[in-house]
Amino acid sequence: MKAIPAILLALLLIVSLVHGGSYSSQHRESIDAPPSWRFPLGTDDLGRDRFVRLLDATRISVLFAGAAAFAATLLASLAGGIAGYTGGWFDHMVVRTIDVLLSLPSLFLLLVTRALMPLNISPVLSLLVTYALMAAMGWLSPARVIRAGVRSFFDSEYVLQARAEGCSEARILVRHILPNLRPILLAQFWTSVPVFILTEASLGFLGLSAGEPFPTWGSLLHELQNPLMARPEAFAPIVAIALCVCCFKRITPWRVSQI
Amino acid sequence: MLWLGRVARQAASLAATVLIGGLLTTALVRNSPGFDADERQLDARLDDSTRALIQAGHAENHNVLRFYARHMRGLLHGDLGMSASLQTPIAGLIRSRYAVTAEIMAAGLAAGWILAFVLALAAVWNGACARITGVFSVAALSLPSAALAVLVFVLHGPVHSVIALVLFPRLFDYLRNLLQDAYAQPHILTARAKGLHPVRILVRHVLPGCDRQLLALAGVSASMAFGAAIPVETLGDLPGLGQLAWKAALARDLPLLVTLTMLITMLTQICNSVSDWWVRE
Repeated sequence: MKAIPAILLALLLIVSLVHGGSYSSQHRESIDAPPSWRFPLGTDDLGRDRFVRLLDATRISVLFAGAAAFAATLLASLAGGIAGYTGGWFDHMVVRTIDVLLSLPSLFLLLVTRALMPLNISPVLSLLVTYALMAAMGWLSPARVIRAGVRSFFDSEYVLQARAEGCSEARILVRHILPNLRPILLAQFWTSVPVFILTEASLGFLGLSAGEPFPTWGSLLHELQNPLMARPEAFAPIVAIALCVCCFKRITPWRVSQI
Repeated sequence: MLWLGRVARQAASLAATVLIGGLLTTALVRNSPGFDADERQLDARLDDSTRALIQAGHAENHNVLRFYARHMRGLLHGDLGMSASLQTPIAGLIRSRYAVTAEIMAAGLAAGWILAFVLALAAVWNGACARITGVFSVAALSLPSAALAVLVFVLHGPVHSVIALVLFPRLFDYLRNLLQDAYAQPHILTARAKGLHPVRILVRHVLPGCDRQLLALAGVSASMAFGAAIPVETLGDLPGLGQLAWKAALARDLPLLVTLTMLITMLTQICNSVSDWWVRE
């Protein structure tokens, strides 16, 4: 029962890799068509197959959210790790900077920055910029957690003993601190993926995610700006997002407990 | 005197954060590649002189520090400037719109807190409830705020329930863990063993023990509520600050964006400072 969302998401991802349809193909003879065998989720107002677009959006959103989460975790581990390791004024400065940046409204800043892209930006570039911005603003909270982790390991008794036995700082870092930091880094990564998926969905709904005709879950939600006029099948991306986020919520504690 | 010093320190920290926030936004907006792009320049009806005038209007804001200093000077005199896209004084725009956002946020915050607290308490008191409330929380957490807004609008639900539903799962997880820890304390176990009424245990022993964490969470939840208000107001065509922020972003309206960022940062900081102060007290 618990594995059902994961199985459905895996199925969606596998089908998205093997299907032959194109997300931008227009079927002009079937504009705004209802669901049928040919178009399981019908077509949109330009005659594009909603099912094919949903499959491609699944692949793109999961892949890019993963990449952005990886980048954010990397940034967080660099900033948090160096701050925790060096301590002193640098640590104090990083913590203060993070505090100031965290007090700025992140969704609002994302909205502003994304809206200020040039008018003629290409769809692929707009997608890259959207996720890069999310990574650039998503490292703050993980950095705090990682910094706290590094500091606690640094002050631990086994590091003290290693130092007393003459271990070099580099060896302490590589052999003792980094392996213990792995569960924290993984937890931050697995937690960031659903956060980025949900943020992209909110941006896309406001028309500020990937440019047309590129499909992402967020850009598919843009069709629901007038929900009372939308067909029921247009709500399919919401189900896909819920399935995916649900999976990641289950994966995070499981993956961390495996280590 | 000690009290005065603390207030002064908090006020200085608040002012510094707001100033830095405003400067960061100005620099961010000014250095964005599309800052000079203006949809009006694509209007074929305009002649070259009008286009040059629009371009000159943008050129005035090219120097970040000069723009920020001018904006700050205006702020000190109570003049928030003019919105470039709406051609209206920003102070008037904020005055006419803040009530809508404040009403939605207050109702959403109250409903979200009540829902999260009641369900967290039910989850702690009753094992069977824990599963149901957990599923409900995961379901709400798995949906983007925009999707929750769409669902509520389709079902003709009240607008503030969207903010309540966005806040609920985040508050619920924290409150459930907090209450679970509190109920595992030895003095609570003793009180239960002595047969004290559950409401008395909650009011007299559990809540006073976790008031600090609850106050800290209250500060954070206010800024979360504003994040949720943006898609809600956009979708519902509600004339609040969230919709104004969205319109300002789309129109690349630098003075309005800077003022809104400073305002939102200030509100977030005030909420955090007030909860901090209460916790210390």
